Amino acid sequence: MEELKALYDAIIAGDAKTSKAVTEHAIAAGVAPLTLVTEYMIPAMNEVGRRFECNEYFVPELLLAARAMKAALEPLRPLLVASGVQPVGRVVIGTVKGDLHDIGKNLVASMLEGGGFEVIDLGVNVSPEQFVAKVKETNANIVAMSALLTTTMPAMKTTIEALKQAGLRDRVKILVGGAPVTQRYADEIGADGYSETAAGAVPVAKRVLALN
Amino acid sequence: MHQLIKQLVAQRPVITDGAWGTQLHARGLGIGELPDAMNLSQPEAVAAVAGAYVEAGSQIILTNTFGSNRLRLADYSLADKVVELNHKGVELSRRAAAGRAFVFASIGPTGKMLFTGEVTESELRAAFEEQAAAIAEAKPDAIVVETMSDLREAKIAVEAARATGLPVVACMVFDSGKDKDRTIMGVTPEQAAAALEAAGADVIGANCGRGLDGFAMICTRLRAGTDRPIWLKPNAGLPEIVDGRPHYKTTPDEFAQAMLELVDAGASFVGGCCGTNPEFISAICRVLGRDRR
Repeated sequence: MEELKALYDAIIAGDAKTSKAVTEHAIAAGVAPLTLVTEYMIPAMNEVGRRFECNEYFVPELLLAARAMKAALEPLRPLLVASGVQPVGRVVIGTVKGDLHDIGKNLVASMLEGGGFEVIDLGVNVSPEQFVAKVKETNANIVAMSALLTTTMPAMKTTIEALKQAGLRDRVKILVGGAPVTQRYADEIGADGYSETAAGAVPVAKRVLALN
Repeated sequence: MHQLIKQLVAQRPVITDGAWGTQLHARGLGIGELPDAMNLSQPEAVAAVAGAYVEAGSQIILTNTFGSNRLRLADYSLADKVVELNHKGVELSRRAAAGRAFVFASIGPTGKMLFTGEVTESELRAAFEEQAAAIAEAKPDAIVVETMSDLREAKIAVEAARATGLPVVACMVFDSGKDKDRTIMGVTPEQAAAALEAAGADVIGANCGRGLDGFAMICTRLRAGTDRPIWLKPNAGLPEIVDGRPHYKTTPDEFAQAMLELVDAGASFVGGCCGTNPEFISAICRVLGRDRR
C-alpha cells in the first residue's frame, strides 16, 4: 500500500493533480473505493485539520487540501454510489441574504465535501425562500449559513423562522458561522451548531447529525 | 518618509476616524448594498458621516472608497464607475474636512484570492493602479490600503498607491490562528511590517480584527518588523447580541482608555473600526486632552 500513501500526502500538500491520479490508478488496480476514503483520504483531512489547529496551516493550505480531496473523490463518487455507500449527509449551504462574501462559505463547503458530505452550494445573497425551496427539493438534512457582516447576521434568524414556517425545521439541522457570529448568537437564534473555523465545521456537522 | 507623515508623527498621537458602514446604514444604506455607491446616489449622507468625524475631532478622515476597485465593483455591476466613485469619494471627504482634517483615501481588498487562481497578480495590479490613479486625480493627502489579509495583494496595492507619489498607509487584519495574531492567510505582524515597508508604505498598521485585547501585542510586534510609524484602528471589542441584533458593548470611554494604552505601546495614529462612531473619536480627543471646543 506504499503507493497509496501518496494519496494521503497529496491531500495534505494540496496537490489535486496527484491525488486524483493516484486515486484513478488505485481504482484501476482494484483497490476498494471505501478503503481509499477511510484509510487515506479522511485521515489526511484530519491531519490537515490538526495542522490548522496548531498554526501550521492557514486558509490557503486548508482550501488547497480540500480541493485535492475533492479531486480524489470525483472518480470515486460513482463507485461509492454504485456500491450503496451514502454520503454522510446532505448540506445546503449559502451566504445569507444581503451578504456577498463567499470566502468563508466556500471554505466550509470544501471542508464538508472533504468530510464526505454532499454539498449543495447556493452561493451568496441567498434569501430565506431560496434556502427553504432547496431543502424541500433536495431533502437535505443540514442547512449551513454564513455571514460576514453584523448587518446581515440577522438574516440567519429570519431563515430559521422561514424553515419553521415551512414545516421543515424538524427535518434539518442548522449550522452557522462567519466572522461576527459567536456560539452565543448561534444559541440565541436557535441554530444547532456553530464553528469558529472552517476546519471545525466538519466535526460539528457530524455531531449535529449524531454521527460521532 | 513623506513630509506630511513626518509632520504628523512629530505631533503624535494623531487621531483618525471611526467606522463608516454603520454610520451609512443609519443614513439610509440598505442591507447588502455597496456603501461606495452612495457617493453618487446619496452624496449628502456620505458627507454627513465625514463631517461628523471632523466635528468629533478626527485629524484624519478616510473616504468612502474602500470597495471602489474594478473587481469588487463588478459584483454590483458598477465596474464602469471606478473613476467617478473614487473622485466623488475623495471630494466628499475633502469638502467635509474643509481644511480642518487631512483626507486619507481608502483602498480595500478586491475580495478575490490569488492562491485559488480566481484572480492573477496582473489583474490585481491593474485594478489597484486604476483605483489609485483615480484617487490621486482627486488630490487626497494620502492613501490608506486597509483590511488586507493576503500579503501579496497588500503589496500590489501598496505599490500601486506608491506610484501616485502620495504618502501610503498600509494595514492588515490580524484575526486568525490560535492566538489571533495572524491574518487569515497566516501572515504575522512581523512579516507584514517588513514586507509592507519594503513595498514602500510610509506608515504600517492593523485594523478591524478580533476585539481590542490583542492590539497592544500586535503594535509591539509590528514595531519589531519596522521602524515606520504605526497606525491602529481596532474594533470596539467583540459584538454581543442584544434583541437579536449585534451590539458592541465597549463604551467610548473604555475604547479611549484602550487607545491611550496603544499610544503608550508606540502607535502614532489611532482610531476605530467596526462598532465605533463619532462619540468614540470625541472620547479619544478628551482622553488625550485634545478638546477642540
